[in-house]
Amino acid sequence: MNPSPASSDAPAVLPARTYLNAPDTGLMSWANTRDHKRVGVMFLVSTTIAFFLGGVFALLIRLELLTPGPTIMDAMTYNRLFTLHGVVMIFLFMIPAIPSGFGNFLLPLMIGAKDVAFPKLNLLSFYLYLAGAAVAIYGLIYGGTDTGWTFYTPYSTTTATKVVPVLLGAFIIGFSSILTGLNFIVTTHTMRAPGLGWNRLPLFVWAIYATSIIQILATPVLGMSLLLVAVENAFGWGIFDPARGGDPVLFQHFFWFYSHPAVYIMILPAMAVISEVVCAFSRKNIFGYKAVAYSSLGIAFVGFFTWGHHLFVSGQSVVDAGIFGVLSMFVGIFTAIKVFNWTATLYRGSIAFKTPFAYFVGFLFFLVFGGMTGVALATLSLDVHWHDTYFVVAHFHFIMVGATVMGFLAALHYWLPKISGRMYPEGWGLVAAVMVVLGFNFTFIPQFLLGNEGMPRRYFSYPEHFWALNVASTAGASVLGFGLLIVLVYTLASLRWGPVAGPNPWNSRGFEWATPSPPPPENFDATPVYTSGPHEYDEQAVPQPQLPEPEPRHV
Amino acid sequence: MSETTALNRLAHHFESLDKQQQAARLGMWLFLATEVLLFAALFAGYGVYRYLYSDTFVRASRDLHTWIGGVNTVVLITSSFTVAWGLDFAARGRGDRTRLLFGASIALALVFLALKYVEYSEHFHEGQLPGRYFTYEGLGPGPGGPIFYALYYLITGLHGIHVVIGMTVLAVIGFRAGQGAYTAEYHVPVELAGLYWHLVDLIWIFVFPLIYLA
Repeated sequence: MNPSPASSDAPAVLPARTYLNAPDTGLMSWANTRDHKRVGVMFLVSTTIAFFLGGVFALLIRLELLTPGPTIMDAMTYNRLFTLHGVVMIFLFMIPAIPSGFGNFLLPLMIGAKDVAFPKLNLLSFYLYLAGAAVAIYGLIYGGTDTGWTFYTPYSTTTATKVVPVLLGAFIIGFSSILTGLNFIVTTHTMRAPGLGWNRLPLFVWAIYATSIIQILATPVLGMSLLLVAVENAFGWGIFDPARGGDPVLFQHFFWFYSHPAVYIMILPAMAVISEVVCAFSRKNIFGYKAVAYSSLGIAFVGFFTWGHHLFVSGQSVVDAGIFGVLSMFVGIFTAIKVFNWTATLYRGSIAFKTPFAYFVGFLFFLVFGGMTGVALATLSLDVHWHDTYFVVAHFHFIMVGATVMGFLAALHYWLPKISGRMYPEGWGLVAAVMVVLGFNFTFIPQFLLGNEGMPRRYFSYPEHFWALNVASTAGASVLGFGLLIVLVYTLASLRWGPVAGPNPWNSRGFEWATPSPPPPENFDATPVYTSGPHEYDEQAVPQPQLPEPEPRHV
Repeated sequence: MSETTALNRLAHHFESLDKQQQAARLGMWLFLATEVLLFAALFAGYGVYRYLYSDTFVRASRDLHTWIGGVNTVVLITSSFTVAWGLDFAARGRGDRTRLLFGASIALALVFLALKYVEYSEHFHEGQLPGRYFTYEGLGPGPGGPIFYALYYLITGLHGIHVVIGMTVLAVIGFRAGQGAYTAEYHVPVELAGLYWHLVDLIWIFVFPLIYLA
């Protein structure tokens, strides 16, 4: 993790004093750090490990589904494996990866602050994440859970597998998520540097702010409902157990009251990244700043009133289902506002087709097609047909995983020079991006088709006539896995051998690039004063023509 | 003297003590919002089962000692008053008085817990236990009784845990106030402790009619 001395032929040199080597480089200085950048990096490392594990589980699942009958494992192992895949990917990777990882690193840099408002809470949030991950993985490996990540009652209260540790793990990780969200909201409200009004905030900050609102309002309800399932599973209190007069559908309401907004905890941060990337690589001011900023809040708000679309076949009344369906489509409107503004930003821009931009293109594709299938699924009559089929699996992998992973990878490439001071290899980056985007499509487009033909999700075996499409899906998954492996290898290699990037390799006008890369521990030498908006590429509007970028003047 | 103390309180990453205290207050309010939602899930669950098993829930509620719940309500509201009074003294630099009043609040909280203990032990003797442990026969057959008591223990138990946490917070902050750790300029920890205690009180104000006056 420590930067090695710059090689002699590199045009730029790493700053002598960065957050990576000051105040200290020892393990304890990381374990005790209050620095938001170090906490962010620790989150990035742990969530990447979780991503790797979840990916391996996914490949094992696809391998099992390569043939109609048993292929490499028995049915129970398969059940445990898809639960493992879901829990690790959602709770350990997608929810924390961009907000707690990149958000932690970038939010204070983008608002000209020295740190987040509560640095100790921030570190605590990381340790809660580790503790929750340890408890959950213990439960998943020893004993295993076969309920799927949704823990639906009454099965989850009667299964013989170890559900309680997994529930407690997710509960603890929930607190990590709450603390991070709380910290970001307070930081955005109280720590903006002079001149940085709300309408000058980078769009990344807006979307992370909206994410944080969801995190603090929805996560407590999930915590409570998981706790109730744990109490029920361990002691038989009967809250969700129909045999004792409990109502299992109530659990579904509680669960999706969190878990549907949680989808926006995953996708909004990806949108945050994309708003930055699209400006930097088309060298244009964002088109419709306020529309993009406020639509994040719109998604966060309306996201709280859509959970019922998961209960269309659970005995919910048709009137409720209709209302939830329409409200769900509102999310599509806010998302479309963003999509049109991003594409309008490209218009007559000076586009640099670098790796982050390649992931932006992939993101748009997955978001639009995942989003449109989402609107189709929110239609009651169609959903009754598609419910619990591979169509749903493909839909949520497109929008929630595809788009989020594109955002994550775009962020990784765009900000790797900011975080490490070194560049990744551009050629390999593009090759991997093409493999990832194509592999993802080849994995999940067959699953859309399978679902439409009626193949149910979570099944261990399937009839022969689904075979060909399953083979296609598995082939796609291996291309995807290989592409991601390439990313992992060259990213790790460039941390050590990558060419030194200099403070702003993209010539980006994002506020976070106004400090050296990697930044010093205190971020800025003096509190910056902001005199222009973010993503300002309009040369006439730059207040000081002699400066190549609207770098905050030090006062 | 007090000014230097105030300056020492300023964390390195804030521009002014004022901003820092503003951040602390906002953080606490957000935390309280998460607490409200934690209980909101339980209250929603209670509402659902109150609707499904309304007769049993009404009878189960009549079984409870309304006077204990009522006295406890008065006790908690009084304890909130002494906390608010203590904060008022802290704001005028009288930490010694804050300690005294926070001590009074802790004593009232102990009264609350003692009364809760009386209630719990009576339920235990009667077999009014949650879920599969329920053996009480006074509510007749049907699943309403065990579910009522499952929710009863979950809600009052979680609230009780909050009371204990609140007492600990009041004890620590009251003790430090007595040592003179806070000044008229800097007493935001006293304020936050008070906010937390008021929330514990406020939740009870919802619990009492919900469970005792159903």
